[in-house]
Amino acid sequence: MAVAQNQAQDLAQSAAARQPAVVRADGAALANMTKEQELSAYHLMLLIRRFEEKAGQMYGMGLIGGFCHLYIGQEAVVVGMQMALKPGDAVITGYRDHGHMLACGMDARGVMAELTGRRNGYSKGKGGSMHMFSAEKGFFGGHGIVAAQVPLGTGLAFAAKYRGQDNVSLTYFGDGAVNQGQVYESFNMAKLWNLPAVYIVENNQYAMGTSLARASATTNLSKRGAAHGIPGEQVDGMDIRAVKAAAEKAVAWCREGNGPILLEMLTYRYRGHSMSDPAKYRTREEVEKVRNEHDPIEQVRRRLIESKRASEDDLKKIDARVRDVVNEAAEFATHDPEPDPSELYTDIYADEAR
Amino acid sequence: MPIQVLMPALSPTMEKGNLAKWLKSEGDTVKAGDVIAEIETDKATMEVEAVDEGTLGKILVPEGTADVAVNTPIAVILNDGEDGSVDYASVKPEASKAAAAPQQARTAPSAAAEPPKPLAAPEPDVPEGTEMATMTVREALRDAMAEEMRRDETVFVMGEEVAEYQGAYKVTQGLLQEFGAQRVVDTPITEHGFAGLGVGAALAGLKPIVEFMTFNFAMQAMDQIINSAAKTRYMSGGQIGSSIVFRGPNGAAARVAAQHSQDFSAWYSHIPGLKVVAPYTAADFKGLLKAAIRDPNPVIFLENEILYGQSFPVPKLDDYVLPIGKARIARPGNDVTIVSFSIGMTYALKAADELAKENVAAEVIDLRTLRPMDTETIVESVKKTGRIVTVEEGWPQSGIGAEIAARLMENAFDWLDAPVTRVAGKDVPMPYAANLEKLALPTVAEVVEAAKAVLYR
Repeated sequence: MAVAQNQAQDLAQSAAARQPAVVRADGAALANMTKEQELSAYHLMLLIRRFEEKAGQMYGMGLIGGFCHLYIGQEAVVVGMQMALKPGDAVITGYRDHGHMLACGMDARGVMAELTGRRNGYSKGKGGSMHMFSAEKGFFGGHGIVAAQVPLGTGLAFAAKYRGQDNVSLTYFGDGAVNQGQVYESFNMAKLWNLPAVYIVENNQYAMGTSLARASATTNLSKRGAAHGIPGEQVDGMDIRAVKAAAEKAVAWCREGNGPILLEMLTYRYRGHSMSDPAKYRTREEVEKVRNEHDPIEQVRRRLIESKRASEDDLKKIDARVRDVVNEAAEFATHDPEPDPSELYTDIYADEAR
Repeated sequence: MPIQVLMPALSPTMEKGNLAKWLKSEGDTVKAGDVIAEIETDKATMEVEAVDEGTLGKILVPEGTADVAVNTPIAVILNDGEDGSVDYASVKPEASKAAAAPQQARTAPSAAAEPPKPLAAPEPDVPEGTEMATMTVREALRDAMAEEMRRDETVFVMGEEVAEYQGAYKVTQGLLQEFGAQRVVDTPITEHGFAGLGVGAALAGLKPIVEFMTFNFAMQAMDQIINSAAKTRYMSGGQIGSSIVFRGPNGAAARVAAQHSQDFSAWYSHIPGLKVVAPYTAADFKGLLKAAIRDPNPVIFLENEILYGQSFPVPKLDDYVLPIGKARIARPGNDVTIVSFSIGMTYALKAADELAKENVAAEVIDLRTLRPMDTETIVESVKKTGRIVTVEEGWPQSGIGAEIAARLMENAFDWLDAPVTRVAGKDVPMPYAANLEKLALPTVAEVVEAAKAVLYR
């Protein structure tokens, strides 16, 4: 533990920790956000929410097949993290990935068309919900095997360091993935070589139908890097100000060359694990309570109104713009043709060797 | 009774070594555990300890002698009262013990142990008059990596013991000294982790060479190889791929039993998105490893521990790169085709020698690449011979031979004068006992017998 404590002290003394922040009543550090940042975060979180609601509807209509994991409830995590990034940084996650792609600036039409398996989807319809990428936006997937993205994201950090760039990689994974061995293989190498890797556990409390307490011998996941000397902290993942503050601190920590850092985002998914999940493992009341008291979008909305940074009318305009974008994406994804049958045999090898 | 000290085997596949230095002289008193000599192999220098007390009576192999075969008597230890005037040939042998040997002493069984005859020019398109250098497979692999690392600074090597230790099998010898620790990266023992990390670095545009100490340990990393490396290009609609080489020894070693002796050729060759290369000669190892490193796709590069120390002529060319996906006719013939790859070629070529004595001209094809497989070369040969035997050390079910048989049904059915016949490893886990191990592997006799069977002789 001495090592972990030393790391925590180092973290407190790092320039990264000296970001301007206010402290919430419960002690959480909150980032100051300008009006523009707050409005932009509201816009992006709402886009993710409405996009996912639409995806759920389209799944019900049979337009989206297979597995489809919705991000509703967790929007503040990716939007807040993304605010700390700069060009050249890399993002990678598991299969609950639609929100990450929209936060990275990927086009809603291309994402939705991938969900429907159409030719103008980001992966030409060959990847689907769980496997989407954008080289241009620095988004490295979209990975379907729980925790497989953790060594991959560590490799993205390795590449940044190898090239002498001050870029970082953000590797997202869930509270289910934290019990996979490869997470710790990655932690060990990341600290051994001081790689600029920000590990983000999106703890939404349930790994499919198994609550954290039923699956994990220790439930403070921010301490899971301690054995490897990786500092970590728990963050209110429902409050974008807390996420942004933690993101800025963590990203600066990595850019300064201090090696990896772990953020445990305490968050919640309102929907089931996937579309086929009846969610019998929790009560309706539990979901309603989080929704009513901690909703990440509602928090920002209330603050914008109370601070008079925006009027109800201003927000209605944003809502309308978001609905237009989502409806247009759905329309596009419904009518975009399926991939040409000849695409079956392309993109297997760079040189199409067979 | 005087005790013979024998040349020790310092690794599972060591066949011979150099007697570098005697640390004791004739007449010196020795105690059990005293270091009496130093032995050099192409991998390492090791010390030989005395196993008994006595006097070093006679040194049978002087220091500086090269290529002393394992189990050759190198000295005699006399007990009290004995003198040196004994008939050394009758002295009871007792194996000496190597200090700090990383693996148990053993000798390689099977036909594969004997070094093969050097072949003719390794590649038909090597310019006539090209000078050839004799080098081991191990040296050819090292040279290939060093040349590519000089050429492209995004190429780096990572794996267990690749840097400071100079490679568990000494394949990466000298790379750390030339390229530094940033590009020759010692990893912890963490196959799943470093395979995934390597793929991630490749997704970001670097060109990793990931060494598995042996491919047995790559099973820990199978998910990253198959799900992350092989499939990402397809799943991203061609946007993001991984130019990465996974390399290391594959197949049976010697006397290391079931978990450390198996051939994964067929496993990897099953996967679209991977290329799979399994050469036999040093020249092919060099030219194909250079091609694999440059290839924009993930390449599984299967080496073989027993082949590492074997020498072949390699063209002295500045940039010797061979095409992946092309088989090589190692020996032309008209009567029967024998097709193999990697160490299987040892059986194939020896069998061809045996058959020649009976006036059977076998055409031997070295596949070199298993995916994409050069079906055309096999079919063209069968059109000429009408008969074919496949040879591999791997298991028969769903093996490379099974795949070749299926392709011939599809592409050359009318040309076959006999059923395609497979010689493969036996359908059992690899046993430890020397006699059982020998039985589990293919033999030259089995290849000869199969060739005669398809010739109805």
